[in-house]
Amino acid sequence: MQKTYYDPADLKKFGNISDWNEELGSKFFEYYNSVFKEGALSEREKSLIALAVSHTIQCPYCIDAYTGDGLQRGITKEEMMEALHVAGAIRGGASLVHGVQMMNKVNKLDM
Amino acid sequence: MTQKTLHKRHSDLANSKRQLQILSNGIFQNGDLPKFKDKIAESNQFPLKARKLEILQINVGYMCNQVCEHCHVDAGPDRKEIMTRETMQQCLDVIKKTGAHTLDFTGGAPEMNPNFRWFVDEASKAGIKDFIVRSNLTIIKSNKKYYDLPEFFKTHNIHVMSSMPHWTKGKTDKQRGEGVFAKSLAALKDLNAVGYGMPDSNLRLDLVYNPTGAFLPGNQSALEKDFKKVLLEEFGIHFHNLFAITNLPISRFLDYLIASENYEDYMYSLVEAYNPAAVQNVMCTNTLSVSWDGYLYDCDFNQMLELPVSSKVKHISEYNESLLEGRKIVISQHCYGCTAGAGSSCQGSVA
Repeated sequence: MQKTYYDPADLKKFGNISDWNEELGSKFFEYYNSVFKEGALSEREKSLIALAVSHTIQCPYCIDAYTGDGLQRGITKEEMMEALHVAGAIRGGASLVHGVQMMNKVNKLDM
Repeated sequence: MTQKTLHKRHSDLANSKRQLQILSNGIFQNGDLPKFKDKIAESNQFPLKARKLEILQINVGYMCNQVCEHCHVDAGPDRKEIMTRETMQQCLDVIKKTGAHTLDFTGGAPEMNPNFRWFVDEASKAGIKDFIVRSNLTIIKSNKKYYDLPEFFKTHNIHVMSSMPHWTKGKTDKQRGEGVFAKSLAALKDLNAVGYGMPDSNLRLDLVYNPTGAFLPGNQSALEKDFKKVLLEEFGIHFHNLFAITNLPISRFLDYLIASENYEDYMYSLVEAYNPAAVQNVMCTNTLSVSWDGYLYDCDFNQMLELPVSSKVKHISEYNESLLEGRKIVISQHCYGCTAGAGSSCQGSVA
């Protein structure tokens, strides 16, 4: 039994999820590949979005994958870090914007 | 510049036999990864054989003004292996009778060979029209005696292929040495000034991109688009095409992979990205590599690993094109570098 929840080598086995449900697995990967193709957004822009989201959902596999993907595309570490701060800002903002709810409640209850 | 050649450091990786041992042992010996030979046999491509010769790639010496971190030649200022005029003359004798249409000069910095210009002049007289020089760019700005290189290249309509790993200073200088980015831009401007790389100009200026670490190159045309945008918008520089080349796990790049504990992961990514379609067009099938001392190799990488051609003909002085055609290409696990993804050659992607 493995001693940790995450093994970097498992990322390479992602495709194996289709083994237990070929139809849904195939549909997922087809969709996944279509999403990352150049469209209104460039592949480069999508890669940076994916990197930021990876950190938001704190998925080690995704962080590995999209850091490597970014390097291959020539994305610089400065660009990567800025993308992360966008994720961080939204994440922090999401907590803080609820402060309005807190303030509303305090204002309602407090004399 | 803190980087030193493996030779200067007396590293055991300066020994090609040691490199070949590493490439055959470990993950390839215990069966975790298939050997290159077995991999190409899966698609009936073993043995790989040389086709008609098109490009004669001549390494005129390992001396270089730079010591790049990823260099597969282990080139540097301390390397004294330089092609003599006598060996050049033997090459010229071959050039007069070869069916190859292209002469491709590499090094080190080929321009540093004191007989480089003489060699080009003579090859030109011998009828060669298609020249390539693999220039590191900074050589043009390194010393007054090289300032007129763009004009010299132009005189012979030499196709200039220049190394540039990124459009930012940080990544470029980290791989190639402090100050290289600024000097490279200045050299590119000098080349543009005489017409190289300009839109519609027939003076070809292409860039060669090598990844700046333990990862494979991304899509060649996407990288070209990004390079073009930044170099033109920020620096007013033009070039024609960008060729993405995979770093092969030999010499200083192998040393880097091992020291950074990336060797196994890198080999896994090369093998995973193996593309049988790229095998058909690997450069060793139409190129012959000549070393500074006149010996013949299937490619510049095999030259550095001291893996000579598998043929009765071993030296330029005994050159025989019909004997060399159809020869079996000498392979090892470094060859995975040329067959990963879209493939990699001195002319960029092949698949």
